[in-house]
Amino acid sequence: MLLWCPDWPVVAAVHAGDAGVGDPVAVLHANRVIACSPAARAHGVRRGLRKREAQSRCPTLTVVVHDAARDGAAFEPVVAAVEDLAAGVAVLRPGACAVAARGPARYHRGEEQAAERIVEHVAVDAGVEAQIGVADGVFAALLAARAGRIIPPGGTAAFLAELPVAELDRPRLADVLRRLGIRTLGAFAALPAGDVLARFGLDAAIAHRLAAGLDDRPLQVHRPPPDLAVRQEYEDPIDRVDVGAFAARALAVVMHERLAGYGLACTRLEISAVTADGQQLSRVWRHDGLLSAAAIADRARWQLDGWLTHRRLTAGIVALQLAPQGVLQQAGLQPGLWGEAGPGKDRAHRAMHRVQGLLGPDAVLVAVPSGGRDPDRLVTLLPFGDEQTPKRPPGPWPGALPAPYPALNTPAQPVRLLDAAGQPVRVDARLRLSADPTHLHLGNQHVGVREYYGPWPVVERWWDPPAGRRAVRLQVVLDDGAAVLLQLAGGQWTMSGRFD
Amino acid sequence: MAIAAGLAELGVRPASALAGDSAGHAGSGALPVLSSLQELLPGGLRRGATVAVTARGEGATSLLLALLAEPSRTGAWCAVTGMPALSLATALSMGIVLERLALVPRPGPDTAAVAATLLDGFDIVVVAAPGLAPGVCAQLSARARQGKATLVTMTPWAGASLTLTAEGGTWFGHRRLRCRRLTVTVGGRGGAARPRRGEVWLPADPDFQDTLAAGGRQDHRHLRAVR
Repeated sequence: MLLWCPDWPVVAAVHAGDAGVGDPVAVLHANRVIACSPAARAHGVRRGLRKREAQSRCPTLTVVVHDAARDGAAFEPVVAAVEDLAAGVAVLRPGACAVAARGPARYHRGEEQAAERIVEHVAVDAGVEAQIGVADGVFAALLAARAGRIIPPGGTAAFLAELPVAELDRPRLADVLRRLGIRTLGAFAALPAGDVLARFGLDAAIAHRLAAGLDDRPLQVHRPPPDLAVRQEYEDPIDRVDVGAFAARALAVVMHERLAGYGLACTRLEISAVTADGQQLSRVWRHDGLLSAAAIADRARWQLDGWLTHRRLTAGIVALQLAPQGVLQQAGLQPGLWGEAGPGKDRAHRAMHRVQGLLGPDAVLVAVPSGGRDPDRLVTLLPFGDEQTPKRPPGPWPGALPAPYPALNTPAQPVRLLDAAGQPVRVDARLRLSADPTHLHLGNQHVGVREYYGPWPVVERWWDPPAGRRAVRLQVVLDDGAAVLLQLAGGQWTMSGRFD
Repeated sequence: MAIAAGLAELGVRPASALAGDSAGHAGSGALPVLSSLQELLPGGLRRGATVAVTARGEGATSLLLALLAEPSRTGAWCAVTGMPALSLATALSMGIVLERLALVPRPGPDTAAVAATLLDGFDIVVVAAPGLAPGVCAQLSARARQGKATLVTMTPWAGASLTLTAEGGTWFGHRRLRCRRLTVTVGGRGGAARPRRGEVWLPADPDFQDTLAAGGRQDHRHLRAVR
């Protein structure tokens, strides 16, 4: 049993308010008419016409651009209306949906009565005119729906036999068949199946089965995607963090229950808010595991804290929405096989969560090995709880500084490296030092240089001036026993690490 | 019995002997330390203790990382607070497992609260906060004792049960820096009152140390490869 709404793109456009009811309307895609209203058809507008041609035939034509999302969204109420009366609705495309006829037909004592009941319900509930056809198989049912006929069981082949081959909706095949003198589906179905496959290919073989009324594909039942986002609007704008946190906690629990009810879990969370003066705020929080109710509430609280205290909003928040993203089937949290999970991990993670609660989400960091040519780039620091993807992949980084690495990465501090004559030490293009360094001036501190190792050059990302770098590194042991890592870039020595 | 003794010679032990090993990081008892630190800390790192790591000159950070390396490798969770400059590349190369390491680089004025929270969940908590009031120090030490966590401080600490001091070292290198011989003294209260002194290679480079020990280290400093 198939429910078909004629000229669906036009109906959807009218529903969306893009065109008036009863006007001549044409929906265009790639400058070709793909659907038109009955009024436009009366003026001679047809599918496949160019825009200008269609407008010349009907000067009052309203032209609407095709929008698949609009068609799909407008069809949802129709599907819902059909689902009220029949179980297992398969949406073929916006404008056509199929249900197994047996259930409704038995319930309403006959296919005709069931069809009438469904058409009436769709008209009342969704405000859409529809036609129903019943036949064996979806393809035949669609043709039956266009004709508004109910084909008795077993009569499908006879019904199809009279129809032209163009109904197969395969223009090239239909063209070839017409030129071969095969004009009806019945004539096409009479050809031997093996020869059709050998001569015209797999698609034609499928079309051949359809033409013979042997459409035995099962219905792909439509399952409406559950609406998992939770939204709450507030009469009194929220302008304090504690009030917001309370509201967010309630929403978090609702969302988590809704997810758990569908057996789902999410790995990302979108928090969005609307302020009283209409400002839209939104941020996505990532998480490396599955978000629990408490984790959702924490993230919502941090986000509200950030918005309310740091962004200095001019008006309070009047609506709050939590939407899960990265939704996946919750198969139960899988504990690690070896020692990595367990009571120690749980205790440590709880403590980290509590510190995040004290200081904010970015205060607790975890380290992920990454790649780079300098020791401070070999590890990426990420806030605890975020997805642990390093900024740069670990891998061979030719030109990387050799171990051992400095134990302290001090913020780059300008220094002066001098030779025995008191001249600054320079490095030429052949990586030769102008002279052996003997003194290091660190602010107003002067230390003698005992020995040095290097230099090691690094030339990175020369095609990207802001991130690019051209420098020389030097390991220097000082007279007081300390060792430091120096870097020369743009004629200036800086100290970037201490081998403490 | 004879069979058991024979197996013991081959290094096979009864299962009951394993209990002592697993207790090392799972429950109470002591946390293991690197073999190079065994001489200085024969009993390992006691849980509930407060260990101060200080330096006269250089070497405190390397000593800290060496102290954390073995417990981290054997499953202990470590947290480091107040050390924004700590190089994790060095931590990684010394064998610290980054998955079991948490950092709170800037705890701000709440250092004591943060450290107390971390002491509840972690096996080793490192605090680098100069100028903590003695009362707060005593509270944190008590918290560590209660929670069976080891508190490591990077500042001199009044109630520390153990104080490790890096007394300066000598660097050795060939073409690049290779290793450093660091003198470390250990002092403390009670059973650890007798100060011990020892030398630790930090960072270590066993192959290079062997060539050093073989003597005759030539000064390769000015040798350059000809290309």
